[in-house]
Amino acid sequence: MVDWLKPKMRYPDGQPLERQPRWRRDFPIESGEDAYVARRDFVKFLVLTSAAFVTGQLWILGRAILGRGRGALPRTRIAALDEVPVGSAKMFAYPGEHDQCLLLRTAPDTYHGFSQTCTHLACAVTPDFENNYLLCPCHHGYFDMTTGQPLAGPPQRPLPRILLEIAGDGIYAHGVELRT
Amino acid sequence: MSYREPLQRQQKQTIVSGVLCFVGILVILQLWLLTATMNAHLGGDNSVVVPAAVASVICLALNLGLLYYLYQLDQRE
Repeated sequence: MVDWLKPKMRYPDGQPLERQPRWRRDFPIESGEDAYVARRDFVKFLVLTSAAFVTGQLWILGRAILGRGRGALPRTRIAALDEVPVGSAKMFAYPGEHDQCLLLRTAPDTYHGFSQTCTHLACAVTPDFENNYLLCPCHHGYFDMTTGQPLAGPPQRPLPRILLEIAGDGIYAHGVELRT
Repeated sequence: MSYREPLQRQQKQTIVSGVLCFVGILVILQLWLLTATMNAHLGGDNSVVVPAAVASVICLALNLGLLYYLYQLDQRE
C-alpha cells in the first residue's frame, strides 16, 4: 500500500509502529479511532462505486455512438401472404438470428410485428388472441397486441415494433422502431 | 502566520460523517442517472446519454474532491 494512503497513527510512547509490542502491531487502530477509520474506508468504497457508475455511463455513451454508425436494416421476407391464419402468430428472427420476433395476424388485412423479448427482463412473450394482449409469463407483464404498449405488470417500455411491408409476394420486415 | 489547532477526534468523526452523507447522496444520484439513461437508451432515446454522462462525471469529480479533502484532514496533523 502506498505510504500516503496509510492512516497516520500516534502511539502513547511516541515510537513508530515497527517498535510497538506485538499486540499493537496486530491491532494498530485504537478503539476510539475505529469508527473514524471505518467510515473513511467506506467513503473510499463509495468513491470507487461512483467511478464504476461513470464507467457504465461511458459504456452507454459508446453504444449510442456506435449505434449511430449502422446503416438501414435489411429488408427481409418473413412470411407468405396466406401463411399465417387470422388469429395466429408466426415467430421469425429479425434483424439478427438471435432477435426473436412475432408476426401477428389479428384480422384478414391486419398484421403486427413486435420483438418477442419482454422489455422487463427479456423473457419471451406469448400472444393471447382472445384477450388481445401479449403475455410475459415470467413476471406477468402484459402488452397490448396492436400497439405493444405495456398494460400491466413490471414492464415500463413498449415492445419494439417491427416495421412491416405487405407486398404481392409476401410480408417483409424492413426496420425496428424502438420506443420509450 | 496563524496557528491552526489540530482537530479533535470527535470533530474529525463529524467531518467524516458529513462527507459520507454527501458522497452517499451523490452515489445514489449517479445510480438513478445510470438506470434512467439505460432505460432511455434501450427505448431508442439517445438525447439524454451525453448530458447524463457529463453529470455523472461531475458527481465523480465532486466525490474525488471530498475524498482528497479527507486525506488532507489526516495529513494536517
